[in-house]
Amino acid sequence: MKFAILVNEGPFNHQAVDTAYQFARAALARGHEVLRVFFYYDGVHNAHRHSAPQADERNIVTRWSKLAEEHSVDLAVCVAAGLRRGVTEAVIAPGFRITGLGQLIEAGIDADRTMVFGD
Amino acid sequence: MNEQDTDGTVTKRFMVVNRKAPHGTVYALEVLEMVLISAMFDQDVHVAFLDDGVWQLRRGQMPGVLEMKDFSKTYRALEGYGVEKIYVEGESLAERGLSEQDLVIPVEVIARADMARLMDGMDVVLTA
Repeated sequence: MKFAILVNEGPFNHQAVDTAYQFARAALARGHEVLRVFFYYDGVHNAHRHSAPQADERNIVTRWSKLAEEHSVDLAVCVAAGLRRGVTEAVIAPGFRITGLGQLIEAGIDADRTMVFGD
Repeated sequence: MNEQDTDGTVTKRFMVVNRKAPHGTVYALEVLEMVLISAMFDQDVHVAFLDDGVWQLRRGQMPGVLEMKDFSKTYRALEGYGVEKIYVEGESLAERGLSEQDLVIPVEVIARADMARLMDGMDVVLTA
């Protein structure tokens, strides 16, 4: 099955981010496809390469980058939501790209299921 | 469910669900941007307002005093974007002492059970 994932919340602030990540990992492990993870609202902070959590904590940003590297998952960050929050090309981590909201709609059209993570 | 048009493009039933008050958090404003974009993709777009989301359509908002943008006007422009399927959950209105007359645009008020059925028939449900 082809999945599209929408992440609506900021990292560390909300477990939705972790659940989205675990879901993507589990789906891929089962042989499903993850077409795109789209980051919207405070979700855009997931892409910030200056995020530096303490060593005994999970590193949410690098975890996403690794997922993209290992499985060629498209990590798409909304440009408008990003601009509001200072998340621009200059600060995004490897594997992420800045793009328009249209890419979320497109993912919804192309995927068999669109999963939304957030409040 | 989704249908294939004669030219090969896919039209899906999208629903954007508004569950949050217009201010206090940014969700309502950014959801509206999502609605406007989805309308540009020639999809079958539905917009639903339930729970505190019904406050988004309340007439007479003055968010300017809080230095917030009054985007309630944008709902009136939705029709111009071809977004005409706008549903409000009746119970959510009643629970908050609101009625259809309190809203900035004409909507279809439907019962909670019907909202659930409507949602069930969608291909893509986007929420915030």
